[in-house]
Amino acid sequence: MSALAAHTPTPAPAGGDEFHTRRNGKMAFLLMLPGLLWLGLFFVLPLYQLFEVSLQSRYPGYPGYYYRDLNFHNYAQALTDYAPHFARSFGYAGLATFFAFVLAYPLAYAMAFKAGKWRGLMMICVIAPFFTSFILRTFAWSQILADEGFVVRFLNFFHLLPSEHIINTPVAVIAGLTYNFLPFMVLPIYASLERADARVIEAGGDLYANGFTTFRTVTLPMSMPGVLAGTLLTFIPAAGDFVNMELLGPQRGKMVGNVINDQFLTVPGGYPIAAALSFTLMAAILILVFLYVRRFGTEELV
Amino acid sequence: MAGFRGAQGNLRLENVTKEFTDFLAVDDLSLEVPRGSFFALLGPSGCGKTTTLRMVAGLEQPTTGRVFIGDTDLTGSRPYERPVNTVFQSYALFPHLTIRENVAFGPKRRKQKDALKLADEALELVQMTQFAGRKPAQLSGGQQQRVACARALVNHPEVLLLDEPLGALDLKLRREMQVELKRIQTEVGLTFVHVTHDQEEAMTMADTVAVMNQGRIEQMGPPEVLYDLPKTKFVANFVGQSNMGEGKITGTDGDFLVAEVYGSTVRIRKDRTTVQSGNLVFGVRPEKVKVSRNKPEGIGNDVRGIVKDVSFIGVATSYLLEMPSGTTWSVYEQNLDLDRIDLKPGDEAWMIWDAGHAFGVEIEGEQS
Amino acid sequence: MSTVQSTPPTQSTSSAGYKPSFLKRSQLWLASHFSIFAAVAVLLYLFLPVAYVFVFSFNDHGKTNIVWRSFTWKHWQDPCRVPGACDSLVVSLEVAIIATVVSCIIGTLMALALVRYQFRGKDASNMLIFVPMATPEIVMGASLLTIFVQGFANIGLDLGFWTIVIAHIMFCISFVVVTVRARILSLDPKIEEAAQDLYAGPLGTFWRVTFPLILPGVLGAAMLAFSLSFDDFIITNFVSGNESTFPKFVYVSAKRGIPAEANVIGFSMFVIAVLLVVGSQGISAWRKSKTA
Repeated sequence: MSALAAHTPTPAPAGGDEFHTRRNGKMAFLLMLPGLLWLGLFFVLPLYQLFEVSLQSRYPGYPGYYYRDLNFHNYAQALTDYAPHFARSFGYAGLATFFAFVLAYPLAYAMAFKAGKWRGLMMICVIAPFFTSFILRTFAWSQILADEGFVVRFLNFFHLLPSEHIINTPVAVIAGLTYNFLPFMVLPIYASLERADARVIEAGGDLYANGFTTFRTVTLPMSMPGVLAGTLLTFIPAAGDFVNMELLGPQRGKMVGNVINDQFLTVPGGYPIAAALSFTLMAAILILVFLYVRRFGTEELV
Repeated sequence: MAGFRGAQGNLRLENVTKEFTDFLAVDDLSLEVPRGSFFALLGPSGCGKTTTLRMVAGLEQPTTGRVFIGDTDLTGSRPYERPVNTVFQSYALFPHLTIRENVAFGPKRRKQKDALKLADEALELVQMTQFAGRKPAQLSGGQQQRVACARALVNHPEVLLLDEPLGALDLKLRREMQVELKRIQTEVGLTFVHVTHDQEEAMTMADTVAVMNQGRIEQMGPPEVLYDLPKTKFVANFVGQSNMGEGKITGTDGDFLVAEVYGSTVRIRKDRTTVQSGNLVFGVRPEKVKVSRNKPEGIGNDVRGIVKDVSFIGVATSYLLEMPSGTTWSVYEQNLDLDRIDLKPGDEAWMIWDAGHAFGVEIEGEQS
Repeated sequence: MSTVQSTPPTQSTSSAGYKPSFLKRSQLWLASHFSIFAAVAVLLYLFLPVAYVFVFSFNDHGKTNIVWRSFTWKHWQDPCRVPGACDSLVVSLEVAIIATVVSCIIGTLMALALVRYQFRGKDASNMLIFVPMATPEIVMGASLLTIFVQGFANIGLDLGFWTIVIAHIMFCISFVVVTVRARILSLDPKIEEAAQDLYAGPLGTFWRVTFPLILPGVLGAAMLAFSLSFDDFIITNFVSGNESTFPKFVYVSAKRGIPAEANVIGFSMFVIAVLLVVGSQGISAWRKSKTA
């Protein structure tokens, strides 16, 4: 989280004839080696294995046994059987990302421009809830949104809820996703706003007078790198999440994460389909990310 | 190893070349800096002066060529093995250490027992004793600069390198520090190699100035010689201002060459030109020129122009005149005459000078 | 929002006693304070579940701890009473400490190489570091499970404590690299050159100059890695086998009803972490005021 907050780009040192990066390939290789090995062995290799599994076929009559194959039918089956789950995953994650943005922006804005000496304290407040296990917090939402909870009773008093429930509905799931990944949205936006020069925004205020126009034409574009990073950091984990659905959502109408989890851990012989689902999910997300990255450059994100 | 650190004598670069992947930073450069002198490397940014400095420090290695101090060949040795210290442009003070610890850093690495005492002495030399306990971030730019000097000087290096050390200071402070650095140099008697793009700074401080351009030394010598008799068009323009015009040598007249410039006949002493025949660039410094309303009597050394601008600066009056060829000459005339010449823009005027002040250099591009 | 519209100077000078109408003034006041109110509201929203966790740690609950019944201290008196609660906490702490230390060492080395050296394959390395952060946890968990079960189990690495540690180190590395790299990028490389120039060899330069200067970044990365590891459930759930971490313990018991003892532990961790953060900030502020 502080990864993105701490990112401050430095201007390249002035002067035409100065070169700072060293060209010692051997030393660089030694420094990179442990990390590359670890990521290769425990990130790339497992993904490859997962890919292989996604193309395996079952031994007929022996649940839980597969043989190596190039069974692309797994993908077709995964996509046709679980298309609604994909739709829900991306839909709920997209909505949660949107709501998180709406909530995060004023907070990040206040931290960057209004907080003054309270800035440090607000920063701690944003990060602090992380230190309570996120499952405990998600479970707390199931209490807050329960039929006996004050939220539902308040809304029902005014007859604002069509079904008189929130818990075990998609609304609760989206609320949970929004809540869980909100700090991931706040911190990068705050970082990019803080980097932006407050005087530029004031100058914008002088030019346009209207507060909203200033915001739309000056403030928002300047914080765009943070907004993009925040969107990704919220959307990606939200699209793959299954805990919120499990604790807050309905029994039927699950997300892709739940299917993958169940197929892997509870359904015998579910590996190939689950692997195909995982790969499709990852591919879809990576395509989205790369569209972003291609438009806005990696340096701000990485 | 200890051999490098014990090196003593003149700093000498022999045919040093530094190539980066995409360009040639330093091109076959040779020079010798006498021990104990104040030497300035002057040039525009990108001319290779900083790269030269970094090769002396050991922060870069030359592609070919050798670096010596006295008889010791330092080529290939690491920065920490050389009896050379640097004052960096950005000062590069250690932000996590106090001022005293910063200065004591070098002596401590060399395992000197009284490192802190040496640091205090060095701080005294730069008048920073009262700030010894502070962190660099709590000092102003000028104060950090002094600390950077103390941190290098405390090691009594054989050669002290200064990489545009005054670049980040405002004008007033810069002038003060120039005097201060010169004082320190005289006091400690070390070899100073100072890199700068400010010709005034180079000339006021250095015993010898080398003007660098595109990886080569264009001219090297005492500041007054460099100013009085530039050897190339680049030096004539970079060190001070010059009025210049292209011309053609038409003959000789005793010790003088006669040339045709802007339709006028001018004379140049034979020992003040690098070209003896053919085309040349004729030059004369603005303060060596006088303006006059009328064509003076005599044997040339005058050019006619149109006054473009007159500005009164108090001690002097500066004129800008457009030459027949379209180029602009400037004249810097001290206000010695009781009755000033009343010239206005648009007036026609003559510029006159003593033939002994003129110089001639090659037209660029015709150099071999 | 940031700037209250200043009335044009001509207007204010011509009518010295000009005052905007009450409506106009309150509008301006609201506009300039809107973000503050919104921020406070969002912060309250962030803390609401934490407050619930705290309050329900005192609930003398029955089978499930969903509805408030009556107040009791008993869960705070012996949080380890519930089988598995404290054991899983210890496992989580052990995993988090090992994962933090190892990922910080590996990640810092990589960050140094990426900033300070020019080498072939740098772009590919950057990509390899970025992609894990853009990969959903469930995919990482699933792929690790397949490799552990179908590959590494054959060489004696069964699902359990060490597979959790391996997985946690893996997903922490990228975040460490990014955090530490930001710190190194903000440093003037000339400071290291100055150290070399002042007779410090490569090791001396690293330990006396580079390391102290990147330490704040490394500590930030360590905090990040620790909290990521300590709170991870999705990946852990795949690779833990029969081992239980604290989040896994909570999740598994959520099916039957989370015991209030879990609330006690969760909230205590929260308090300890906040105290540590506030404490370290206080100390650094105090140090600054002392040297100034």
